Amino acid sequence: MSRQAALDQVEATSSVSSETLVRVEGCTKHFRRGSEEIRVLEKLDLEVPKGEFLALMGPSGSGKSTLLNLMGGLDRPTTGSITVAGERIDQLSRPKLAAWRARHVGFVFQFYNLLPVLNAERNIELPLLLTHLSRAERKKHVETALEIVGLSHRQKHYPGTLSGGEQQRVGIARGIVTDPTLLLADEPTGDLDRKTGDEILDLLQALNRDHGKTIIMVTHDPHAAARSTRTLYVNEGRLRAEPVE
Amino acid sequence: MFNWLSQIVALTQFNIQTIWQRKGSSAAALFGIAGVVAVLVGVLSIGKGFEHAMQASGSPDTALIMRSGADSEMMSGLSRDETRIIADAEGIARNGDGALASSELFVIINVPKRSTGTDANVPLRGIEPEAFGVRDVDITEGRAFEWGKNEVIVGIGAAREFLGLELGGTIPVGRERWKVVGTFSAGGGISESEIWTDAGVLQPAYRRGNSFQAVYAKLQSAESFPGFKDRLTTDPRLNVKVVRQTDFYADQSVAMSSLITGLGTLIAGLMGIGAVFGALNTMYTAVSSRTREIATLRALGFGSGPVVISVLAEALVLALVGGVAGAGLAYFAFDGFRTATMNFQSFSQVAFAFDVTTSLLVEGIVYAALIGLVGGMFPAIRAARLPIATALRES
Ligand SMILES: Nc1ncnc2c1ncn2[C@@H]1O[C@H](COP(=O)(O)OP(=O)(O)O)[C@@H](O)[C@H]1O
Ligand SMILES: [Mg+2]
Repeated sequence: MSRQAALDQVEATSSVSSETLVRVEGCTKHFRRGSEEIRVLEKLDLEVPKGEFLALMGPSGSGKSTLLNLMGGLDRPTTGSITVAGERIDQLSRPKLAAWRARHVGFVFQFYNLLPVLNAERNIELPLLLTHLSRAERKKHVETALEIVGLSHRQKHYPGTLSGGEQQRVGIARGIVTDPTLLLADEPTGDLDRKTGDEILDLLQALNRDHGKTIIMVTHDPHAAARSTRTLYVNEGRLRAEPVE
Repeated sequence: MFNWLSQIVALTQFNIQTIWQRKGSSAAALFGIAGVVAVLVGVLSIGKGFEHAMQASGSPDTALIMRSGADSEMMSGLSRDETRIIADAEGIARNGDGALASSELFVIINVPKRSTGTDANVPLRGIEPEAFGVRDVDITEGRAFEWGKNEVIVGIGAAREFLGLELGGTIPVGRERWKVVGTFSAGGGISESEIWTDAGVLQPAYRRGNSFQAVYAKLQSAESFPGFKDRLTTDPRLNVKVVRQTDFYADQSVAMSSLITGLGTLIAGLMGIGAVFGALNTMYTAVSSRTREIATLRALGFGSGPVVISVLAEALVLALVGGVAGAGLAYFAFDGFRTATMNFQSFSQVAFAFDVTTSLLVEGIVYAALIGLVGGMFPAIRAARLPIATALRES
């Protein structure tokens, strides 16, 4: 990590509260591939305070996405517990977990994962269809999200007619439109050039700093990690504060 | 359970919008289903048309009297004395000229079919003047035959199907040829497949002396039938069976229409299996080409139930469009299409029109929906079962 990046982090840490939002305790995750068992995470512990912008780094295949998916309720750990905002999510049934995700998590994906048949506005509206909000309320939320990501002028555009950076802004707007407890981003700049990636990072940083969003971001770009308030490294199934050389 | 419905609506809308993006594979499934429905409806309309012709032939207040033990007019025989006793029986309607009972002769002649040029059996019926009071018949072309002359009139169905039966044509009777002086309609009934002449001239031509084969009697009302039947069957001078005309034709049509219906159902069933695989393939493609999108939606919190239902709904929409297209095709191609077929009971040809009824159209569309649902089921379940994390990795 460069000196400047380290300084940036220290400076940004000020908005982090002392309240723990995500607590991962003794988490192990194994996958089966045929007869082979792949041990990805081993008795991993992690606490993410409310208001943090955490970056997860580590070599490819080290289990960064696996850890993120566990915290987002997309998958369940083999052993161990995961508590988010006081709720044990590792024990929820699949339907309960789906409802939980709808209420508490916003996802941002590397390849945006927008639905090509829906325009920007309707893509962003998708998570709101899982709430009780009326059409008018949904419209208002979508407009606010579009404004935050700076895409109000593109609301009727279809993903195919938007640039990569714009698509990722739509992706982020969709991630925040329900005002989720937690925003999870898996390599959000992985498919973007440096300049566009920087703009997306500016946006994520602003969401964290100005809107108090708790963000966990997977990246293998140190430049991106430098924007976070804390960086942890996944290695051989565990988390470390420093990269392994 | 909250907002299940709105999830389903949103996902289904989204799925249906993607049908366009997969025009090729969607069209293949659609045409497959349309074809199956067209064949099903088309074939069943033959059975319906045949049934309709047979039903239109009968009237519940008309009785057919044959010798006891005879299943058809061809096998029956009645003497002049017997037919007189029958005509005098109580219960028969009367007009100014007397009882509405026609003693008739029924023979089969060979006439070439227009379509193939090969000979087929056509009924030639000898009638008495009362026949026109017993049945509802209209001369459509030419005139009625003159009594005592070697002249015939031809039902419009027979005139259409056979060579030489048009107005001015001739038919072979023994070594002579008799002239066609008119054509007639009979409300779409089986009489339209027959040739009629004077029983008095037909008897000597076929050396029948003074005998007949059946008596057709118009009763005072449909309710008079049971009493009328009892009187004749218990009359010691007679040895006859009495059947309501409607029952007689219904019995005759059963064999044929169940054959056609069975055959049609079999063909459509086999084609249906093919169409199910077509739909299955289309929906698997649809689902796998959207693996990441479905995973994304489920990551956002959409339930797997709504995903299954929305994929099924998509298959259903595809199938219904195909079904409606197929049913429409069958309607425009087959409804009213005229043909003739063998009536196994009388071993003669019956002319009739394909009848694409509303219920057949509905049946066809329901069948299409079933094909769609069966074809969509497994892909839908696969879509819902995909582990989200795994599906998101595939890009
Ligand atoms: N669903 C799965 N089934 C089998 N193996 C998996 C699955 N998900 C991840 N893995 C394996 O777990 C390891 C970590 O994967 P991942 O968390 O995606 O790594 P990263 O995001 O750090 O690149 C890899 O070896 C990967 O092949
Ligand atoms: Mg990854």
